[in-house]
Parts: sequence; C-alpha cells; structure tokens
Amino acid sequence: MAKKFLSGNEAFAEGIRLARPQVISAYPITPQTIVVERLSEMVEDGSLQSEFIHVESEHSALSCAMGASAVGARAFTATSSQGLLYMAECLTYASGGRFPIVMMNANRSTALPWNIYGDQRDSLSQLDCGWIQAYAENAQESLDLALMSYFVAEHPEVSTPFMANLDGFVLTHTYEMVDVPTPDQADAFLPAYQTENKLDLEHPRNLAFSAGPDHNTAFKYKEHLGLLNAQKAVAEAEARFVEIFGRQYTGLTENYRTADADYILITLGSIAGLARETVDRLRKQGERVGLLRLRYMRPFPGAEIAEAVKHAKAVAVLEKDISFGNEGTVYTNVNSALLKAGLSMPSSNYIGGLGGKNISQTEIEGIFRDLKQETVRIQFLGIGGEDE
Amino acid sequence: MSVSVKTLQEDEFFYGHKACAGCGGSLAVRIALKVLGERSIAVLPAGCMSAVGFNFPQLCFGNNAIISTFAGTASMLTGIEAGLRAQGITDFHAVGFAGDGGTADIGIQALSGAIDRNDDILYICYDNEAYMNTGIQKSSLTPFGAKTTTTPAGSNIRGNLRPKKNMFEIVAAHGIPYAATASIGYLNDFMGKVEKASTIKGTKYIHILAPCPTGWGIATDETVEIAKEVVDCGLWYLAEFENGEFTLNHKPKEFTDIRTYLKKQGRFKHLTEGDIETITRSRDQKWDALSKNFKIR
Amino acid sequence: MKPYLREHVPTTLSDIPNTTAYEAGYLVTKNAGWRNVRPVIDVEACVGCLQCYLYCPDGVIYKDGGKVAVDYDFCKGCGICKTICKAGAIEMEAET
Repeated sequence: MAKKFLSGNEAFAEGIRLARPQVISAYPITPQTIVVERLSEMVEDGSLQSEFIHVESEHSALSCAMGASAVGARAFTATSSQGLLYMAECLTYASGGRFPIVMMNANRSTALPWNIYGDQRDSLSQLDCGWIQAYAENAQESLDLALMSYFVAEHPEVSTPFMANLDGFVLTHTYEMVDVPTPDQADAFLPAYQTENKLDLEHPRNLAFSAGPDHNTAFKYKEHLGLLNAQKAVAEAEARFVEIFGRQYTGLTENYRTADADYILITLGSIAGLARETVDRLRKQGERVGLLRLRYMRPFPGAEIAEAVKHAKAVAVLEKDISFGNEGTVYTNVNSALLKAGLSMPSSNYIGGLGGKNISQTEIEGIFRDLKQETVRIQFLGIGGEDE
Repeated sequence: MSVSVKTLQEDEFFYGHKACAGCGGSLAVRIALKVLGERSIAVLPAGCMSAVGFNFPQLCFGNNAIISTFAGTASMLTGIEAGLRAQGITDFHAVGFAGDGGTADIGIQALSGAIDRNDDILYICYDNEAYMNTGIQKSSLTPFGAKTTTTPAGSNIRGNLRPKKNMFEIVAAHGIPYAATASIGYLNDFMGKVEKASTIKGTKYIHILAPCPTGWGIATDETVEIAKEVVDCGLWYLAEFENGEFTLNHKPKEFTDIRTYLKKQGRFKHLTEGDIETITRSRDQKWDALSKNFKIR
Repeated sequence: MKPYLREHVPTTLSDIPNTTAYEAGYLVTKNAGWRNVRPVIDVEACVGCLQCYLYCPDGVIYKDGGKVAVDYDFCKGCGICKTICKAGAIEMEAET
C-alpha cells in the first residue's frame, strides 16, 4: 500500500485501475471529468489495460457498457447530473438486463436553473431504476467503494449494476491522503467476472428479450431479489476487504454515537463529516446526540435504520434533495422504515445543500436543537433572499 | 466474392419469427445472417425485427442476438466488439439491424459516433420507409408523397411533404471505410455487399430498401417485385462507397414507369399528376448528380 | 441447423431464467395458423433454381434432393415463392 494525496475523483479512478475493467466508455461532464481523464492517462501509460471508448453521449456511454457486459466483459462508466438523466433509459435497461456495470456518479444539481455544483437530486431521482446506490463520504471510501462495487455487482446472486455516488466538488475535487492498495492486493480481493448472462460464441444466447404479461412479473421479481441480495454481498465484500486491506466498513449504514442517543441525525454523503464533528461538539456539551449515515440507499437499509434509532426521542433526515410537491426522498424512505418497525417518534426533514449551497455547523446544531421540541418539520436550509 | 444462392449456407438463423407475411425486413435480416454465419452477434433495437423475434420463450435467432435501446444499436455494437476484443476474441461479426427510424432518426447520433471512432462493426439499415412497428408513422426516410398515419392524405395536405433523407451519403461523408445501398429485390447484389463488408476492418454500413406490405399497401406476394421495381424506375439505386469513391453498381438502360410503381401502392394512391411530375423531376435531378459524382460499373 | 420447436415451455419460476438470457433459437409455437393459402411445389416442374428458397422471408423453403420443399409449420403463405418462380412450379392452394 502507498499513501497518495488524491481528490475523490482521483481516488475513485485509482480504485477502478485496480479493478481493471476491460471496457470503459464515458462522456465528459463537470464534475466527473477528472475520473475519465485519469483513466485515459492510465490507459495511455499502459498501467490499465482497457478499451477506452470515446462515446458521443451518455446514452451511448451506458449502451456501450451494456454491450461489453453482454459479452462478459467488466465495464465502467461515469457521469453526473444531466448526463445521468440523459442515460436514464439505459439505467433501467442495465438493471433489467442484470448487467453488473459500475458507474460513478458525481452528484450534481439538475437544471433548471443551470448549476454545476453538488446536490443529490440527480441520483435520488433515479432511486427506482433498479441499481445499487452507494454514497461515499470521503476519498478513501471512494477508492474502496470502486473496488468493492465490482465484487457486489458481479456477485452471482446479485448481478445488478452499481452506482457509486460522490458529492460533486465537495468530495470529487477535495484532496485527502489516501491509502492506495497494490495491484496484488486488489487481485486477491476481486475475482474475475464470470457469468452465463452473456452472448457466448460457443453457446449462443438471445439476450435482453421481451417478456409479456405472463412472464414479466417473474423477471421483475428476480431483479428485485437480486438487488436485495446485494446486502449480503456487501457484507461478504467488507469481510474480505478488512482481511486484505485492514479497513473495516459497516454495511449499508454507519452508526456514530447512536447507541444512547436521544436525537439522531440521518444523512448521507460527504456532509456526514461535518455532522460527525457537530455530534462530538454537542456531546462535549452533554447533549445525547448521534449520527446515522446511510452508505447505501438501494438496497434500502430499513431494518438497520429502525434498529439504530429505536430508542431515540426524535430523528431528523438531512438530504440534498427534494421530491417536488412532497418532501425529501430519503425522508420518505426513512419514514416507511420507521412505520414498518412500529416506531412513532417524531421525524423531521431538512432539505439543504441544493445547487452546492453550503451547510454550516450552525445549521446542523440548529437541527439538533429543533429535535428537542419534538415537533415535525419539513424545512429548507439556506433558502436565502429572506425579507428583512 | 463468391456467395450465391448455390453457395449460401443452408443454416437458418432467423426462423419462426412473427413478422407479417411477406415482410421485406425479415428477408434482409435472414439473408445477411446466412452470409455472415454462426459467429455473428446481432444487435437489434426496439422495432419490428426485435418485436417479432424475441418474445420469451419464443426466441427466433439461432445465433447470438440482443435487443438494444431504440437509439443504441451502434453504441451497443461498439461495446460488444470492444468487450470481445478485450477478451482476445476477434473471429466474429458484430452486426446491427435497425429500421429507418432507428437509423436515420433516433439512432443517427450513436451511428455517427461509431463511424467517427471507426469501430469494427457492420450496421445494416432495413429501410421500410416509416415507423412500421408502431403503426406506420412518418420517419425521415419516408419518401415525398407517402401517406402514413402521421402524414395523412387529405384535401389540404397530400401525405408526406419532405423528401427522403440521404443516409447513404450522410454516412459516406464521415469517411467510412465501406458503405452501400441495396434492395431486397436484388439479393445477389446484397449478398455480395454483405460478404465484402465482412472482410473490411472498421465501420461498414449497408442501407437496404425492404418494403413492408402492411405499411405500403401492397399484397404480401408483391414485396420482392416492388423492391425490384423501385430500383428499375430509378427511385432507389444500388451503389457503394469505398476508398472515398462512389460507385453505381447498376444503371437501368431505361427507367420503368414511375407512375406504375407508385400507383400499385396504397400509400401513393392519392398522388396527383403534379405530384408524380415532382417525384419524376427529383429522380432525374438525382440521376444527373449520380452520373456526375459516381463511377459507373 | 435452425431454431426449432421445443417440447419444454418454461413457465414456472425456476424454469424462467434469472436474467433476460436464454438459449438461442428456442421456439415454442408454430406459425402455420396464420396461413389461408399454402404453396404447393410441383416437383416435376421445379428446375431447382432455388430462387424461392433465396427470397422466402421466413426461410421455410429448403433444399431437398436437387429440388425444394416447404416447412409448413412455419410458412405464412405470403406467396412470394410463387411470384418469384419462373418455372411456374408453385401454386398457392387454399387451406381447408
């Protein structure tokens, strides 16, 4: 292992180099570009043996990756925001076809208004497209996720595409010291991709076919099971990972000081770093607060959430997303989990960070303060332009 | 270049499909696969040929075949070719079969990208001159005057007002290694072009006119005859583009009557004498250009 | 070789594949019922030029001892073979 000073994008690219996809097809979009630039350089200098396809759009990027996956090749692509939406048709195609492609998504606001900065409306709007969705907190986790994503996606009981989300700029462009594993370690961790879900010159198959009303539900049911199975595969990947690399991850969620917490903030992505600091600060002041970070949104960690917050007096969900006309999508999902577990503490929703708006420590402290009042709020942070 | 009906392999790769009786598109797919053989990987976008050939558990391709997104024929071909090459496999043909809408409208961007990269794929457009699978709507390859369900022929507007997009020359303008036009009325010519394309490295494009009895308003046994006639009356032509040069493969000594060709078809029944004159003038202009810019074999 | 009719029709959950991938050329239904007329080949008149075999959209005409024969399981009765036959060796007869 070597220490390197890397941005989130660069760390992810290092992870992809170690995972050695055979085909990379990508189209540039801010703030994802650094990933594909680094991968191009790796292909150029020979440190990554991969076919790099310069596609003319995101739709083609994922379509090309599906073609590669459909002949049993390991495929990678990366996108963001408008690009993710432009390839939306291919998202459900890849999951329905059970092609275990890995895609990095640099979370970015979606137009209109135009905005290149980070929020999670792009990926959360595609939550139902049948992909595994993970959200990294920092550069190290980004690299590790790149490696683990293939293990999970290609797991024979999963066979489902994997979207690894990195907050635009805040994570994609921020530099940290990162442990970069050796290729030998990576090879020991990640087996070669093997599948029968492919076009095979020795055993010809017909793929990606139609299925009418009589059979359609069966295929969709199996797709659903595949995504659910990802939870087990994540556990398997992490157990293997800690053995080889010595870093321990905690499955679909990460609990921080939740065990005895009265008030718990639930969030996802890079903002968890600031939230953790805030928890420490408030703990020093004697407040019983905790943080629950959602590392995965699909499969959804409903049982883990309920278990983590079952003794809390109130919870809040902080997310960089809004489902217009309703509330934050993460909040809707969390409430469903609480209800199923028979939990009835107040839960509030804070919508912040839209279009890259900074979320301050003061605002997070404010959320914990609000929770003590045990009322339910759905509130935007930092709308700006308030009347005097 | 020796493929003929005598040497064509007897295996059938597209069989038991649910295409309409007398379907020209299915004939193009069938013959191309018989020329290319069992190591073909076929990509078909959403459209007639995928709709009639891939309804689980009735799977009508004997070779490897996959449905792509409507816009994604060329990009999926690219991925297949790259994915196999990355695994050290190179003895196969990645071949796409897309209709006129899938090629000249929604799929043109991905096709242009593939040609630009010179990916080693063969793209065959089976052109039945409208969106037939969805019920005969106009595409950019629908010819002037044709009645479709979105270009109805009434007292104000007589069918489609726009000429057919020239896909062959659009593709050639990319500097593609090989492009050709063909017709299911002249299968020997088509088979030779498929065979030639299969020996060329880089992107190959063949545009084959494939009449649709349902959409054109002809009898099911007239498909092949009408596909001959469209060439004989000069409204379609058999040509190749190779090494930067256009070649005309077949020049009728004398054109057969355009009116006869048009009036056989339900989609042109409404055309006036003036419309037919417009079509004739446009044919003559096209052939003037062809004789200037194309070598004549 | 060509795609052919199978006895087993996958229907149960365990029969149905986990992904949209299945053996190529797997047929479970015929097309014979589409037909109102059927091509009948006059073997005496047939000159073995194979044009009907070449131009059949469904590929149901096959070589048979220097002449041709029809796979009636999949023939749709379009009549292209009769139109293309210069020898006049194919007649379309009504299905009864």
